[in-house]
Amino acid sequence: MNSILPIFLTKFLLTVYGLYNFTVRYFREVFKPPYEFKETIKQFFEIGNKSLGLVGVTGFIIGFVLALQAIPMLTKFGALSLIPSMISVSIIREIGPVITGLICAGKIGSGIGAELGSMKVSEQIDAMEVSATNPFKFLVVTRITATTLMIPLLIIYADTIALIGGFMALTILNGQSLQLYFTTVFSALTFADVIPATIKTFFFGFAIGLVGCNQGYNATRGTESVGIAANVSVIYSSLLVIIIDMIAVQLTIILF
Amino acid sequence: MTDINNIKEKSLKAREIVISIEHLKKTLGDYDILKDINLKVYRGESLIILGKSGSGKSVTLKCIVGLMMADAGKVNVLGEEVPNLSFNELQDLRKKVGFIFQSGALYDSMSVRENLEFPLVRHEKLTQDEIEKRIRKVLSNVGLEESLDMMPSELSGGMRKRIGLARTLILNPEIMLYDEPTTGLDPATSREISELILKMQDKFKVTSVIVTHDISCAKLTANRIVVLRDGVFAAEGSFDELKKSGDDFVKGFFEDIF
Repeated sequence: MNSILPIFLTKFLLTVYGLYNFTVRYFREVFKPPYEFKETIKQFFEIGNKSLGLVGVTGFIIGFVLALQAIPMLTKFGALSLIPSMISVSIIREIGPVITGLICAGKIGSGIGAELGSMKVSEQIDAMEVSATNPFKFLVVTRITATTLMIPLLIIYADTIALIGGFMALTILNGQSLQLYFTTVFSALTFADVIPATIKTFFFGFAIGLVGCNQGYNATRGTESVGIAANVSVIYSSLLVIIIDMIAVQLTIILF
Repeated sequence: MTDINNIKEKSLKAREIVISIEHLKKTLGDYDILKDINLKVYRGESLIILGKSGSGKSVTLKCIVGLMMADAGKVNVLGEEVPNLSFNELQDLRKKVGFIFQSGALYDSMSVRENLEFPLVRHEKLTQDEIEKRIRKVLSNVGLEESLDMMPSELSGGMRKRIGLARTLILNPEIMLYDEPTTGLDPATSREISELILKMQDKFKVTSVIVTHDISCAKLTANRIVVLRDGVFAAEGSFDELKKSGDDFVKGFFEDIF
């Protein structure tokens, strides 16, 4: 390929263009019948249900460790009663969505990249195409829809478990009551905390599905490309999660 | 063997052109893989494309079915110019053209039943009973009724190719394109697959284009053979004609034949 741009920049721009093309094609195909309901529901299960364990354990540890770190610090200032509020705002607004988004980018993004990459190199995607079916609709639209809808649910689940983790740490170390903890947690939250934080998770889900599908679907021949598709999916989708988060925080500050 | 010869003779009677390729060119990277391909395939015949690995045999097949688009030249299949077709027109054409991949390309997350259902439920409005009947019929044609609920990972290489064939036949195509159907199989299974190709050709009256470098498969199935060399067809004829060829390259394919 002859290019006046450095190779890494050319590759980056081609990837961006590829993602743009995939996004346009997704929105063109997603509302057009026939719909692949059965496969979409299967992907809901694959993406959602099979990630519950990892996301739950991570969420619990985040909440637990956050409380453990905060107790000695805030005790010095006599602000122990502020810990539930601190945990709720930081988990719901930032830590829960971003950490869970990154975990999903690793688990789900790489899974989709490797699965579609392996289907590509073993000619299964070509086989769908020559049997006059639409592999984009069956493989890509279903997976992006599933990640867009399931990752927000996983994040809400992770946030809930993280709040429970925070309570466990506080009750073990300080004998915090359940009622007081959750009353303080919810009274500290406003719509401006919950709504933007929830909206951005849909974009996380879309980006993770989009990158994984794009890398897998465009894998070249050879088993090496399956590994590359999985690896690059994790890198790009993690990066996109961080970038979307940064943009979302800026917009939240401006709008709310 | 007499049966096989009868099937071949019957296939040769009709002379309607179903695939016509003129001056096809295709470049992959810096390599001119197809330089000037000209080919006519007649209805009901079984055409073998012989050639060394990497000579562009599979690329030719992929250009016929629109998986790859030609850089130049005409590819006409069943009266349609493939490069000029819209997405929907290409899909309609593909319903009439079956493609058997070298690996079988079974969908490995689906059972055999789901593999066979996949194209059927997306193209035809059938009841569950009718789908079941079609699946059982096509499986019985390839002799694998017992594999209905097996996963592709539980099947042998030969079984995978048979299921791949069944999945293509289930849509009743007019043309079958085989990409190295016997590669990677032992001689006995290779012969079984070759005989199955011939049987299906007779039973369903399909036109077959078979890409291979397995000369035993070519001997069993060919009405006509073309030999691909350096991006052009270098020789054409029946098996017996090419076997007597004075060209060293062509002779090379026939050296090991019994």
